[in-house]
Amino acid sequence: MSEVTEFDAAFFHRWLTRAAAVVDREADRLTELDAAIGDADHGANLKRGFAAVTDVLGKEPPETPGAVLVVAGRQLISTVGGASGPLYGTLLRRTGKSLGEAPAVTLPELAAALTAGVAAVAQLGGAQVGDKTMLDALVPAAEALGESFAAARDAADRGALATVPLQARKGRASYLGERSIGHQDPGATSSALLIGALAEVADA
Amino acid sequence: MSGQVGIVLVSHSAAVADAVASLARGLAGGGATAPVAAAGGTPDGGLGTSSELIAEAAKSVDGGAGVALLVDLGSAVLTVKALLAEEDELPEGSRLVDAPFVEGAVAALVTASAGGDLDAVVAAASEAYAYRKV
Repeated sequence: MSEVTEFDAAFFHRWLTRAAAVVDREADRLTELDAAIGDADHGANLKRGFAAVTDVLGKEPPETPGAVLVVAGRQLISTVGGASGPLYGTLLRRTGKSLGEAPAVTLPELAAALTAGVAAVAQLGGAQVGDKTMLDALVPAAEALGESFAAARDAADRGALATVPLQARKGRASYLGERSIGHQDPGATSSALLIGALAEVADA
Repeated sequence: MSGQVGIVLVSHSAAVADAVASLARGLAGGGATAPVAAAGGTPDGGLGTSSELIAEAAKSVDGGAGVALLVDLGSAVLTVKALLAEEDELPEGSRLVDAPFVEGAVAALVTASAGGDLDAVVAAASEAYAYRKV
């Protein structure tokens, strides 16, 4: 490919619409994972949040990639009701702010912005890779995104699977101590779904 | 303008937030206390955290002297932090207080009612961590 591909606001709108559909489809599985080590509301919470995101984006679609992500992030913070709201809200909002007001962005620009978004999530939750959180999928995904969307998806999937043998050190699951071992982290799983939706939309 | 620091109590449960607010009011001396508002649960009455309820509560207790937000668990902490990072969602001078919820609420309200500024209220609430029980 000789010319540089750029991604506009409509692309990000398609990503979040796809993410909402995937979250809706997988809500029961996310809630099952959360029932094992959390409070069994992850699927329902994210479903409500992403439905609200597609709602607000559909009404008055923002004109830049950054604005799409900032609007979506704010919507997640105000509608999710659980810890995943401020975490995913911060991820999208900070990624969007990092993109600035550009009408379209390149893959390296998106990778850099997502890296900033992921760093903001790490700061907000005080977590790092290995704590059995969404960061276990997001950190490798942001690193691999510089290469390609497919590489990011594979990295996120591997990261989510790698949470199974870990002991949770953050969130409600951390109260379970060693009993959290052997269960895949619901947050890392939903993160992998979101990155998977991104790769799907880029492929289409 | 009340001139007093406002207190917001954020819990996953409306019942917990309301009860701690009334406990703090009762223990703060019975007379006129600084403004305190509860932001518990979700708008539909479920367990969880609502950024709308938090923003409303903060606005309702803001007298220009700052607002101290005390929180219970997980998403309450993260939601207030995310709102503070947003910059225009909470009144100017809003601060997340690192304190035990019940003891911190009482210490914060006593201090705010006595006319303490935001630094004094935050310090009093945080010091509540030092009162060991055994």
